[in-house]
Amino acid sequence: MTAVSTPGVESAPYTVEEVCEQFDPVMGLEVHVELNTETKMFCGCANAFGAEPNTHVCPVCLGLPGSLPRLNGTAVESAIKIGLALNCQVRERSGFARKNYFYPDMPKNFQISQYEDPIVFDGYLDVPLDDGTTWRVEIERAHMEEDTGKSLHVGGATGRIHGADYSLLDYNRSGVPLIEIVTKPIIGAGVRAPEVARAYVTALRDVLRGLGVSDVRMDQGSMRCDANVSLMPKGATEFGTRTETKNVNSLRSVERAVRYEMGRHAGVLLSGGTIRQETRHFDEQSGTTSPGRPKETFADYRFFPEPDLPPLEPSRDWVETLRAALPERPWERRARIQTDWGLSDEELRDLVNADALDLVADTVDAGAPPEAARSWWVSYLSQQANAAGVALTGLAITPAQLARVIALVEEGTLTNKLARQVVDGVLAGEGEPDDVVTGRGLAVVSDESALAAAVDEALAAQPAVAEKIRAGKTKAAGAIVGAVMKATRGQADAARVQELVLERCQ
Amino acid sequence: MSEASAATGGQSELISLDAGELARRIHAREVSSVEVTRAHLERIEAVDGPGGVHAFLHVDAEGALAAAEAVDRAVAEGGPVSPLAGVPVAVKDNMTTTDMPTTCASAILDGWRPPYDATVVARLRAAGLIPLGKTNLDEFAMGSSTENSAFGTTRNPWDLARIPGGSGGGSSAAVAAGEAPLALGSDTGGSIRQPGAVTGTVGVKPTYGTVSRYGLVAFSSSLDQIGPCARSVLDAALLHEVIGGHDPRDQTSVDGPLPPVVEAALAGARGDLAGVRVGIVTQFSGEGYQPGVLAAFTDAVRVLGELGADVVEVSCPSFSYALPAYYLIAPSEASSNLARFDAMRYGLRVGDDGSQSTDEVMSQTREKGFGAEVKRRIMIGTHALSAGSYDALYGKALKARTLIVRDFTAAFETCDVLVSPTTPTTAFPIGERTDDPLAMYLADLCTIPSNLAGNAALSVPCGLAADDQLPVGMQIMAPALADDRAYRVAAAYETARASASDAGPRIPELRALEGSR
Repeated sequence: MTAVSTPGVESAPYTVEEVCEQFDPVMGLEVHVELNTETKMFCGCANAFGAEPNTHVCPVCLGLPGSLPRLNGTAVESAIKIGLALNCQVRERSGFARKNYFYPDMPKNFQISQYEDPIVFDGYLDVPLDDGTTWRVEIERAHMEEDTGKSLHVGGATGRIHGADYSLLDYNRSGVPLIEIVTKPIIGAGVRAPEVARAYVTALRDVLRGLGVSDVRMDQGSMRCDANVSLMPKGATEFGTRTETKNVNSLRSVERAVRYEMGRHAGVLLSGGTIRQETRHFDEQSGTTSPGRPKETFADYRFFPEPDLPPLEPSRDWVETLRAALPERPWERRARIQTDWGLSDEELRDLVNADALDLVADTVDAGAPPEAARSWWVSYLSQQANAAGVALTGLAITPAQLARVIALVEEGTLTNKLARQVVDGVLAGEGEPDDVVTGRGLAVVSDESALAAAVDEALAAQPAVAEKIRAGKTKAAGAIVGAVMKATRGQADAARVQELVLERCQ
Repeated sequence: MSEASAATGGQSELISLDAGELARRIHAREVSSVEVTRAHLERIEAVDGPGGVHAFLHVDAEGALAAAEAVDRAVAEGGPVSPLAGVPVAVKDNMTTTDMPTTCASAILDGWRPPYDATVVARLRAAGLIPLGKTNLDEFAMGSSTENSAFGTTRNPWDLARIPGGSGGGSSAAVAAGEAPLALGSDTGGSIRQPGAVTGTVGVKPTYGTVSRYGLVAFSSSLDQIGPCARSVLDAALLHEVIGGHDPRDQTSVDGPLPPVVEAALAGARGDLAGVRVGIVTQFSGEGYQPGVLAAFTDAVRVLGELGADVVEVSCPSFSYALPAYYLIAPSEASSNLARFDAMRYGLRVGDDGSQSTDEVMSQTREKGFGAEVKRRIMIGTHALSAGSYDALYGKALKARTLIVRDFTAAFETCDVLVSPTTPTTAFPIGERTDDPLAMYLADLCTIPSNLAGNAALSVPCGLAADDQLPVGMQIMAPALADDRAYRVAAAYETARASASDAGPRIPELRALEGSR
């Protein structure tokens, strides 16, 4: 078989469908998630992305001689929450272990991790697939560990360590809390394996986002996926040799990497070759993988219990408190919202695509009717966000503030037009909605006597028009209403003005 | 140095006084902290130079005098000062100091200036003690003689041809020689107590977790414990109270009150030992024990009996596993703790000529920067933790450790304290055991069990061995968090001995040295 190839873009020799005629794929997905705790895992340094290199460092995260780790309780809480959300068991007594290997971006030349006793284990995630069915991905374990620093290899062709002229080290990331979530082997997905992989990582991302424990930004590395893939002959039970593909930095890449590796494995196996157990590097541009460091020799990390940290024994009560406070699963929440608010599939999709679902939900939670909340976020506020070139979530108005604006409209203090001005004021930093109403003098003029006086004044100023109205030509009232609205700078309720004009001309 | 003190080998009266007495005089303004500090600096200059004791790797005279002046000002202003304010102290060179290098007596850290103070050092400063300098040790605290220092051996003030013990030979020798009234040591397998015994000084390994390890360059994290070195039990207790207590920076630190060690030392010195049950560990005698050491120890036990203690024998059969278990656990942890010395961020860097890979630079630096004993232990530890050996070596050692803990628990059901010689022999000649690591390791035979179990233990001088006229130490072991029991017994014994006819000199005359000058 010949594969169609475009210059610079290599495709695997076999399609997934072809692979699955002869093989069953087995996958294992390891997802690393950086927690969004304020401080690092074992010291008080800020856990922040994108700062000047080596500015968020101290003796502990630099591994200086004599320094000792001090465990961040929030990281433990996040780990337990993640475990509970993934239907895992929480270990009553777990501990940390040292994983020993030399690498310049790891200042102690060991990583504090968990080994035989991860804090949570044995769970599952029911993952929604595109066709509306779900796939249960079983979770082996999730454990805590510290992130390494970052190496920047300068010079050379590849930007990787071999061939570089020199390397720069940034330890801001050193000691950032990580959770590694490891699936059990995913067997039986067949041609859907790439889709299951993507759907799993997507669902996991949504769950973690819902928990609020991580930024889950694959583009910034706060969520990273390693995809293990192997093939076994159809109907076999013994797994084939696996490869581990790293550098898979988007949801789409997860699917592509699995698909590519399946095809590549089949190509090697069907031509009589053997798969080498190795780490492979995914190339976003070409959609292919290339060999990383070979794992020919078994890496012996010499794990042993971390003597600087006492065992971890989360109390039952604490775990149950965390369990009780777990949020709904994102897709279950979406389904519930659709029913509660009576949204069409299309309306729901628009909300999700606009990243407005949470904003609308929070606005509703703050007391606004769903329809009004939805309408504000997907129309006027979306326009403002587009104009400002920011995400909807980046607008300087909170759901609570919007809910207040909507309430002011509902109680008649604002017209829709005035409400937009109030929202503009909030976006411009003029304070809370009520402050803007006061500051800009935007409340509807509801003082009947003042309104009546304005109507009388307008009628007196335009006697000819007044005469027409009295003669029954009610359409002429528009001119008087316009004059009153102008005089009140738009803050009168036009419908009420109309009524007043007609009353006065009877 | 003043002419007067030069003529007496820097031997001002001040250098022979206890820390408690020095503090009393300083606070009463009978003498200034500057005078006390200067007397000790002069003593260091007189006896620590080439051919001398060589207890110090670094002396910060300027810093010490400035700190002393500050205390004198505070005393003059009548403000409150802490009990040991103004008293000089020496610090083992494996604890970080911002104003002095921290080398661990290793070429790999030569010249390193830490950006932070160890918690114990910060507490010394806060209490107004005067750090004089950093003392010598076996490289990374691995050894029993200080011969493994990359910067030369420390000599025993009692006989300059002999070792001062180790790893903390520098701290104990400095105290024995009157170069400092107090010092900090660290004890992983006996590194405070064994040097204390062979230099005729007091050395205390507090209960694991009661003195912060933050800033102590780790050798074996589950065993390392900082403690005081002094010439009297009360002085050790006073220093113990300054450095002890919970530290949030060390998660193995005990979050609770420190045992009342000063109170216990005072009570012991006043009172008798009526009703105190003392257990002699039968495993610590017999073959390999110097007769003069056993005789001095037996005599010390007799004194305890005279003071009213009920002396019994106890058997701790698992203690025979202590040495092999220790030499698997300690090197295993060390192999990991010492991995960070890789030339990337601080310390020595070898082979950085642009032509070699990172791995090669790391490897060459470690080859050149570490001494033979450190390499030996890194290799033993790396092997003990490796996939094929873990269960048979490291895993088995952990089991032995559990058995040793059980033996202690059982023994402390019938005894308040346990006693033994601190070390099987007196100070041996320099060079005698350098080619025989196993013989060297035997020096810690009696001290290691308390590190493995984490309980309190100290060494108190019990005179000179009849066969070689060198100091002998008695080890007193107490349950975890009952350090005060050991202090009470030690203080009672010390007081009884002080009136004995063979009490001997407190500070040895440095005859060989003084003769050569």
